[in-house]
Amino acid sequence: MADNVKPRVKAPRKASAGETVTIKTLISHPMESGQRKDADGNTIPRSIINRFTCEFNGETVVDVTMEPAISTNPYFEFEAVIPDAGDMVFTWYDDDGSVYEETKSIALG
Amino acid sequence: MKKTALITALLGAGAITAGMAWAEPVEDTLIINEETELTTWTDAPAAVEGALPEVISGWHFRGTETRAMQADDFDNPGMIFVEQAMDAWDTVEGEAGKSCASCHGDAGDSMKGVRAVYPKWNEDAGEVRTLEMQVNACRTENMEAEPLKYTGTEMTSMLALISSVSRGMPVNVATDGPVAETWEAGKELYYTRTGQLELSCANCHEDNYGRMIRADHLSQGQINGFPVYRLKNTKLNGVHARFKGCVRDTRAETYKPGSPEFVALELYVASRGNGLSVEGPSVRN
Repeated sequence: MADNVKPRVKAPRKASAGETVTIKTLISHPMESGQRKDADGNTIPRSIINRFTCEFNGETVVDVTMEPAISTNPYFEFEAVIPDAGDMVFTWYDDDGSVYEETKSIALG
Repeated sequence: MKKTALITALLGAGAITAGMAWAEPVEDTLIINEETELTTWTDAPAAVEGALPEVISGWHFRGTETRAMQADDFDNPGMIFVEQAMDAWDTVEGEAGKSCASCHGDAGDSMKGVRAVYPKWNEDAGEVRTLEMQVNACRTENMEAEPLKYTGTEMTSMLALISSVSRGMPVNVATDGPVAETWEAGKELYYTRTGQLELSCANCHEDNYGRMIRADHLSQGQINGFPVYRLKNTKLNGVHARFKGCVRDTRAETYKPGSPEFVALELYVASRGNGLSVEGPSVRN
């Protein structure tokens, strides 16, 4: 498992119904491409986050497939329309099978 | 004859104007996380009296996007290192079975204001200490752990954590009393030309700030924003690593990070920014 993996999300706590809000996400991860070699010439195995999803009350907001060319600490910023109060669930899928999840509740107001 | 001379003079003037690339500092206000307003442009402190009309943080010499990155902790890549240092702060290391937190508790409380007064005189050791030296003294004497590499990531991250809790507080290093001699030595170095290019710190950062040096803006070389997250090497950079880079660029043999020369220079350069807010970790090109 990659070290120091930590998901972070910045989302507003409140939004008015139908408002478009900006969501920022970042996960610290080395995103080892699998193309590099170590000092002895052995290939360093690939270890990346290969998928990122965001769901709001069970509905998909974004679903991203990532490839090895994505650099360290992948950052995603996107906009979402908030129809109702609810939970925004962010999920990152690691090559090693680990799944990192973060939830942000957004209230109406 | 007269006319030709005039035309030549005009052409000459035109050529000079075209050759001069101005890169004036941008007027803007740095507000971190929409709450903490930082002093990034202020009256000259005593250390630069007569040399600079006012002191300006390097933040004003950077582009719009780079300035915006520093204004929000989520966007500031330096804050990732701060978070890693928070974990290190609570990690027990060394023979004494202590972590930083064992003695200092919460860094947000105990370290507030610390960055602003370093480098400073340490009475017990009888020397001027940089913050890096103090961290390592704590590690070796109190924790009985291995010292950190002076310019390594663990050290710069720890400094970023300690700096981050003092953001907004004015830099206020002492230049008199027991540190006076070291400060004078630092000043001497600042104005001494080095290397094949025969450049002193002052030639760029005092005489030519606001102009371009090749493709980059020359700032006043203030160090209130250190450690600095540089977009060019995607990591935090310490003061001495930056000094080393600068001296190397004059094509000189450099002093070593942590050497008495760089400690003296750091004290002097820090005092040139007295009155500016602590900004670290800042974001620069």
